[in-house]
Amino acid sequence: MTDVLDPPVHVEFHDDGHDEHHGPSGILKWITTTDHKVIGLSYTVTAVIMLVIGGVFAEIIRAQLATPNGTLVSLAQYNELFTMHGSVMIYLFAGPFAFGALANIIVPIQIGAPDMAFPRLNALSYWLYLTGAITMLSGFFVAGGAANFGWVAYAPLSNSVNTPGAGADLWIGGLLLTGFSAIFTGVNLCATIFYLRAPGMTMFRMPIFTWNMLVTSILILLAFPVLTAGLVMLYCDRHFGTHIFSVAGGGVPVLWQHLFWFWGHPEVYILALPFFGMVTEIIAVFSRKPVFGYKGMVFATLSIAALSLGVWAHHMYTTGVVLLPFFAFMSLMIAVPTGIKIFNWIATMWRGEVWFSTAMLMAIGFLVTFLVGGLTGIYLASPPLDFFTHDTYFVVAHFHSVVMALVLAGMAGLYYWGPKITGYLLNERIGKFQFWFLFLGSQVFTFPLYILGLEGMPRRLGVYPHDPQWKMLNDISTLGAILIGVSTILFVVNIIYSWKKYPAGDNPWDGHTLEWFTTSPPPHHNFYRLPQIRSERPTWDYNHPGHQAVGHGKQIEPAQPVEEVPVS
Amino acid sequence: MFHLWQGFSIGAVIIGALVIVLVLYAVLRFRRKGDNIPKQSQYHIPLELFYTVVPILIIFGLFAATLVVENKETANPKTNVTIDVNAFQWGWKFTYPGSNALVYGQTTQNPEMVMPVNTNVHINLTSSDVIHGFYVHAFNFSRYALPGVLNQFTIRAQSTGTYFGQCTQLCGLYHSLMWFRVKVVSPSAYSAWLTTFNNPAAAAAVKAANKTTAQQTSSVVPSKPATTKYGR
Repeated sequence: MTDVLDPPVHVEFHDDGHDEHHGPSGILKWITTTDHKVIGLSYTVTAVIMLVIGGVFAEIIRAQLATPNGTLVSLAQYNELFTMHGSVMIYLFAGPFAFGALANIIVPIQIGAPDMAFPRLNALSYWLYLTGAITMLSGFFVAGGAANFGWVAYAPLSNSVNTPGAGADLWIGGLLLTGFSAIFTGVNLCATIFYLRAPGMTMFRMPIFTWNMLVTSILILLAFPVLTAGLVMLYCDRHFGTHIFSVAGGGVPVLWQHLFWFWGHPEVYILALPFFGMVTEIIAVFSRKPVFGYKGMVFATLSIAALSLGVWAHHMYTTGVVLLPFFAFMSLMIAVPTGIKIFNWIATMWRGEVWFSTAMLMAIGFLVTFLVGGLTGIYLASPPLDFFTHDTYFVVAHFHSVVMALVLAGMAGLYYWGPKITGYLLNERIGKFQFWFLFLGSQVFTFPLYILGLEGMPRRLGVYPHDPQWKMLNDISTLGAILIGVSTILFVVNIIYSWKKYPAGDNPWDGHTLEWFTTSPPPHHNFYRLPQIRSERPTWDYNHPGHQAVGHGKQIEPAQPVEEVPVS
Repeated sequence: MFHLWQGFSIGAVIIGALVIVLVLYAVLRFRRKGDNIPKQSQYHIPLELFYTVVPILIIFGLFAATLVVENKETANPKTNVTIDVNAFQWGWKFTYPGSNALVYGQTTQNPEMVMPVNTNVHINLTSSDVIHGFYVHAFNFSRYALPGVLNQFTIRAQSTGTYFGQCTQLCGLYHSLMWFRVKVVSPSAYSAWLTTFNNPAAAAAVKAANKTTAQQTSSVVPSKPATTKYGR
């Protein structure tokens, strides 16, 4: 293109010397790559394997609880299983899948960048994550078994007296490694988003997913170092004779909970915000409308992040040593920006043209499941109600509603962006079966747990001989877990069945953002050409001139038709 | 607490139903039929303000209701009955200051905490080793037993009977079996129960029963009491 006039767009992309056609190939290419798309794909595959491993643990846990005196595993093994189920799902699946896998691939493309800001650091992040995952899981192969103090590792249960054995140390080591991986990814994403945006891509023209990843990265940088520090203290308590968390030496056990949850609650949003971003993009694209209340959405994300740093002690109401009203108020307030998001999602679909693709169904499934998890979260923010439900299955049900919603959103992301990454679509019919199994399975799985919680069943029980009447509800929940398991099998079946069968084309969904402007899969440095960026929907503006967003009756920029500009 | 629960539930059901109806209406009514491009509306400030301000008001209401109930629940009114509850791996010890009464039991032995009905009973909760959770479902209340901290709260049982209690905070291998019972009796029966421990034979029996456990339960004496009531 030569006749780009207004404004003159000056794009400077340069080849940094490693040419994809002359580099190594095969496994050596995979090991030595610094391409954010290849690293992101490695993250995706690893994280989905972790999802399957954590899911197998979950199925064993549910099978154990199918009878009051379950004998499938011993009490000791049961403690290891739920500890590792939580650890694998939170530390090794949900986080890395969100900010390692999809963000790594999508964020640079969405802002028109050739790669992440620090490609080698990005590769290091992945290898640290993989090493951490293997380290943590190798606990199963040492004497004494894997870590068994719950995924929260409360002191003093996690000290060397109550939990001797290498499994706990491997858990700490693995978590330290994945923690550093997350911190490096956070640094990388921040730098990429601040410095590598294409010309015209102002902050308020960034897609919501990129916005959410920026806020997530800032939260990672604020929260993860605290966890890292806490883990080092825990390790020192275990092996070097310090008494940071032990009463005997003048330490304070509750300090661990403060450190852990100061990371742990922002972590909830580190996990959730990327998925909120995915759902926002998907709902807008499949409704053929811009994100409703774009700026409100950004400010809602920012407020969630800010509030999330001041609510950690709502996990500690029943310790009796925290200031209840402050944390209750802050926790309740998070409902407001979250509500704004939910209403914005509905308003995005309102008067749109809703296309029930698998990705959109998953996104709607997310909305409904997350609604349940969000509303029950409001109960738990109130200390008197938490006194009643703390450490019961009500809490377990609450956060499983939330995380099952995130799994739905993650699946939506895979169906939505998978074709961009691989160049091929997945089978929609199998995808819809997968959706119904996953969505209905999630509800069948969580609803009995709410009732069990209200009936007083504490969490982390391997047996419940005293209350055999809980069996029926547990069985229903187990049935739900089986349905979820079937949905995961359907996903694998779909990948095998659809392998290179349905070429996607560059823009299968009539997408809004820059990733849908380039080829599928994108070339080595992502773009041969870029459209001019005049709004947060450059690809849409290019494909549909005359259909710019309108706000409250009046047209919003861009006023001019959008041209394209060559890159490099 | 029950009214607070009802209040939250009414709010949650109304808001939840509203959102689900809106979602279902949106996806069914605006289902894609052709290749139309709908109106690209993006902002509607009054609407956005509406669903920002209304939730804030609801939250203020919920917070106010929470405060009222919370202040009542965490208050420590004057009482004549005090019970020291000590949790350990894996069992419970109940002692009654000012008397010889002592109840001790491990895992599935269901040690029974005896307390009078319609009386404020002050509980001093401690732990000898790791963190445990003192939870009686019928009382709608739970509190951590923390090593090194004296947790205090007051409970008032409204009817006699035997209630099941259980540790709720993961405390190691036999967490699943760390049970106890709370036996609520009339005040006169309570006094009579206390006096049975004054009989030297009974006291000796108790002493013998607890002989094996003395070292387990005596390790931690909290130095500085923490209070459950905030603002002090």
